[in-house]
Amino acid sequence: MDVETEIHCDLAVIGAGMAGMAASLFAANRGIDTVQIGIASQIIFSSGLLDLLAVHPVEEGRTWDNPWEALDRLSGDLPDHPYSRIKKSHIRKALSETVVFLADSGLAYQVNEERNSHVITSLGTRKQTYYVPRTMWNGVQALHEKKPGLIIDIRGLRGFSARQITETLKPVWPGVRHERIEFPDMRSVQEMYTEPMARSLAVPENRKKLADIIRPLIKDARIVGVPAILGMQDSQDVQQDLEDMIGVPLFEIPTMPPSIPGLRIRETFEMKLPEKGVRLKYRNRVSRISKNNDEFLLEVGNDAPVSRIHARGVILATGRFLGKGLYADRKTIREPLLDLPVYQPGVRPEWHRFDFMDPRGHLINQAGLEIDNRFRPLDGSGKPADDNLFAAGSILAHQDWMRMKCGSGLAIATAYAAVNAFLKTTSKNG
Amino acid sequence: MDSFQTQVLVIGGGITGAGIARDLSLRGVNCIIAERYDINAGASGANHGLLHSGARYVSNDATAAEECRREGELLKKLACDCIEDTGGLFVAIQGDDENFVADFPHLCAQSGIDAQAVSIEEARELEPVLSDRLVAAYKVPDASVDPFKLTLDNFHQARSLGSTLLRHSEVTGFEIDAQRIVRTKLKNLLTGEDFFIEAELVVNASGAWAKEIAALAGCSINLLYSKGSLLVTHNRVTRKVINRLRPSSNADILVPGGTVSILGTTSVRIDTLDAIFPTVKEIDFILEEGASMIPALEKARSIRAYSGVRPLLGSQSTGDDRNVSRGFALLDHAENDLDNFVTITGGKLTTYRLMAEKVADLVCGRMGISAPCLTRTEALPSGAGAKWTKPGLAPKMWVKHHDPDDTLLCECEMVPKSVVDSLIDSIHLQNGKPDLKALGVRSRIGKGACQGTFCALRTGAYLYDTGEMENDEGLGSIRAFISERWRGIRPLLWDTPLIQAELQEAIYCGMFGLEIHDRQ
Ligand SMILES: Cc1cc2nc3c(=O)[nH]c(=O)nc-3n(C[C@H](O)[C@H](O)[C@H](O)COP(=O)(O)OP(=O)(O)OC[C@H]3O[C@@H](n4cnc5c(N)ncnc54)[C@H](O)[C@@H]3O)c2cc1C
Ligand SMILES: Cc1cc2nc3c(=O)[nH]c(=O)nc-3n(C[C@H](O)[C@H](O)[C@H](O)COP(=O)(O)OP(=O)(O)OC[C@H]3O[C@@H](n4cnc5c(N)ncnc54)[C@H](O)[C@@H]3O)c2cc1C
Repeated sequence: MDVETEIHCDLAVIGAGMAGMAASLFAANRGIDTVQIGIASQIIFSSGLLDLLAVHPVEEGRTWDNPWEALDRLSGDLPDHPYSRIKKSHIRKALSETVVFLADSGLAYQVNEERNSHVITSLGTRKQTYYVPRTMWNGVQALHEKKPGLIIDIRGLRGFSARQITETLKPVWPGVRHERIEFPDMRSVQEMYTEPMARSLAVPENRKKLADIIRPLIKDARIVGVPAILGMQDSQDVQQDLEDMIGVPLFEIPTMPPSIPGLRIRETFEMKLPEKGVRLKYRNRVSRISKNNDEFLLEVGNDAPVSRIHARGVILATGRFLGKGLYADRKTIREPLLDLPVYQPGVRPEWHRFDFMDPRGHLINQAGLEIDNRFRPLDGSGKPADDNLFAAGSILAHQDWMRMKCGSGLAIATAYAAVNAFLKTTSKNG
Repeated sequence: MDSFQTQVLVIGGGITGAGIARDLSLRGVNCIIAERYDINAGASGANHGLLHSGARYVSNDATAAEECRREGELLKKLACDCIEDTGGLFVAIQGDDENFVADFPHLCAQSGIDAQAVSIEEARELEPVLSDRLVAAYKVPDASVDPFKLTLDNFHQARSLGSTLLRHSEVTGFEIDAQRIVRTKLKNLLTGEDFFIEAELVVNASGAWAKEIAALAGCSINLLYSKGSLLVTHNRVTRKVINRLRPSSNADILVPGGTVSILGTTSVRIDTLDAIFPTVKEIDFILEEGASMIPALEKARSIRAYSGVRPLLGSQSTGDDRNVSRGFALLDHAENDLDNFVTITGGKLTTYRLMAEKVADLVCGRMGISAPCLTRTEALPSGAGAKWTKPGLAPKMWVKHHDPDDTLLCECEMVPKSVVDSLIDSIHLQNGKPDLKALGVRSRIGKGACQGTFCALRTGAYLYDTGEMENDEGLGSIRAFISERWRGIRPLLWDTPLIQAELQEAIYCGMFGLEIHDRQ
């Protein structure tokens, strides 16, 4: 075989979504020599919100102000849920280690005294989440205090209507107006995308122009909401600078995906993980895994020459169908990389409910890998498939992150558990 | 309470109601058409879109075959903007009934249908995706018809001649006195308000619902229901209509339309009309059957499935439902001692004009009007707002007249703002409310690969920008639109469409929390 490079490491993390990124971070922080492989697509990071848990039981649609109390209830009700295999104190540590890392890299998050917060979305709904990007925080408070506000949209930015947001919010936040602006220097551009706008605000002159456009519209408003375009890694400076110039606080509203707050998370990991010694193979997929003596052998890339990665341990964080960690044909759901057994929630007629918004959620979202308490996927006989193979993130069975509002929290907490389990195994085996 | 007066009340806004309204309007008769939901909410919006040459019926219903042949020929001339004259092929594969194959050309000739034998090589040259197990092939003059445009164009002309279409208007009862319907009671489903229509004559053109409407007037019709499901493929699979040359069965017909193809149908007897949607079992069956004629279908990506109901008249209800449902029934309820009430049901899209003509003849006779039928000779004008329903047409137009300010709201099917603007106008003209569902009926929005995920958000925002929506009604509109799409997507969720569905749920539930919005 035509092999380009041979790479040796302790741990190979497969997947570049939230679970893979968090696993690499935890591994690097613990001095593990790590290689990470996966495609860090923009869409999988989406809103930038870090949910912990807001809904349980799903079928009752019960929402919780305090996610930690919700976790207690959940671990009693759902022993197979991945959260139920992790101590609350570890979930807490995992989240704070991640949030500290993001803050140190310029992406500050805020939390409301152990409680969930309501974030305004571009649909005008209020999304319950736990860690809120600093850029959205003023909106959480303004909604709470019902301050006179102004929401601004941008001509040419589709799927974001300030009028839609204010109309939809009217019953809970009546004192908010809407206005439309032209984004500076993009008058000739018809279809506006968030990324060029966000990047253009790195230039102080552009920020000044934007402030000059917004200022006369403020009038009685004491807070201004804008689509999430306030800079990239420099969002804190962009926001501060604009607020100084317009004289009132600003907040971002997440736009339909792919959106800038998600892109910021992705860029932060991509920039900072290598500084911590993680070797990244983004834009690549693992095409095959085999085991040779005590070593995993991963082939990366489909066309020769391929890279070969030799690793003592593997964390599988390849996601669900969207991430391509799971695949379904007309009859079965499979795990395509290692062909691990996948928990099958009934046959295809049962996978999805007749109503898309059925409050019970869809059964297919319970599919995934079953694991032991050390986050090792099980083989057909119910034993760990391999001592040094771990799984994390949304590929795990018996959780419905979309309905429970626990996506990023679950990815981070399970990554933490998987890395710790790997550490334990390796220290035991010398 | 509001009350309207008109000469003729037509109940049902499908192709039959539209055809009747046009025919009567052309004879100078004023109509109101009352439709419970929206244009083509029934079978007219859930059929195969095949303009039958008649060849399908030669073996079991020579009358229907001849009617189809004549009407098909007429429509190709008079409604050519609604028709893509693809031509059709009848093909038999190994194992199909040889006697049936042998009789076919002879039976076609008897019904005056031009069926030409072609060699296997020629057939596979015409349509390379055909199975290599082909044993016989005939060319026939089948074509593909756009049912939405056809209905909209009929209504459009009726309107221009003074008739009125009332959408969201459900007939709920009749006031009868001295063997006549004096007033018809309706409910506006948007406002919940009741109102009345006084008409000299009432025509029940409510398709599969004809039994329910007749019952409101105390008349009984013996109707049975047969559900048929169809599957839309992401790409167009063939150029011509492909028919399996065997007695009617499941998944026998593949009809191309614009950039897609439609495969079907099934035939499942149902007892009620409340829950009409395709099941996983039906879809798997359609695919497996279709693949024996065109193997590539097994792997083809599907984007949507849907179901319609065929009303079957009781006396015809033995044997295979597909064989007996083709004829139409025109019932004069004077026989039930109700002098100004007629029912038309059954039939086909292909024969809608003939059905309308028969109804209008009866109505005019009863009213002492002698004006002749004009739909047999006058071309159907192409109405505004009706041209965005055909797959692939919006992109062509958008590229042709692209105004740089005219951004796309639906990227999969390339529907720009300007098209939505013109649809909004035409919906207002039809006394409707331009919500997402109404726009979806009249355009390709939501019919592409994203399954409505992104275009619903963009179009919803645009409806607020243009002042069409208030308060939080956008959330309800999006939910209704997505739920409607979902019914047709649910049986197709494996491989790529499953990934798309997961993305949709991640956005609408994971990120927006739309499913619990009202619980917080
Ligand atoms: C639309 C949307 C909205 C969201 N909104 C929220 C939100 O509001 N709050 C929140 O907390 N979270 C949100 N999330 C994020 C969500 O929490 C995460 O997507 C989820 O936690 C899953 O993360 P994951 O890392 O397990 O899987 P994924 O994010 O799916 O990542 C899987 C990764 O594995 C890689 N991979 C798969 N196969 C291979 C292979 N063979 N070789 C190499 N790599 C491979 C993929 O390329 C990908 O990088 C949202 C996600 C989406 C898509
Ligand atoms: C699966 C299938 C495939 C078909 N394929 C073809 C084909 O390929 N070629 C072909 O020529 N024909 C085909 N047909 C037949 C064709 O679709 C029908 O004959 C035709 O659409 C019937 O039109 P209609 O207007 O009579 O009924 P419908 O279109 O059903 O219209 C009846 C209308 O009445 C309304 N209504 C019901 N109750 C009330 C009320 N109380 N108040 C007000 N309004 C009410 C309904 O909402 C509906 O819009 C197919 C039929 C089916 C089911």
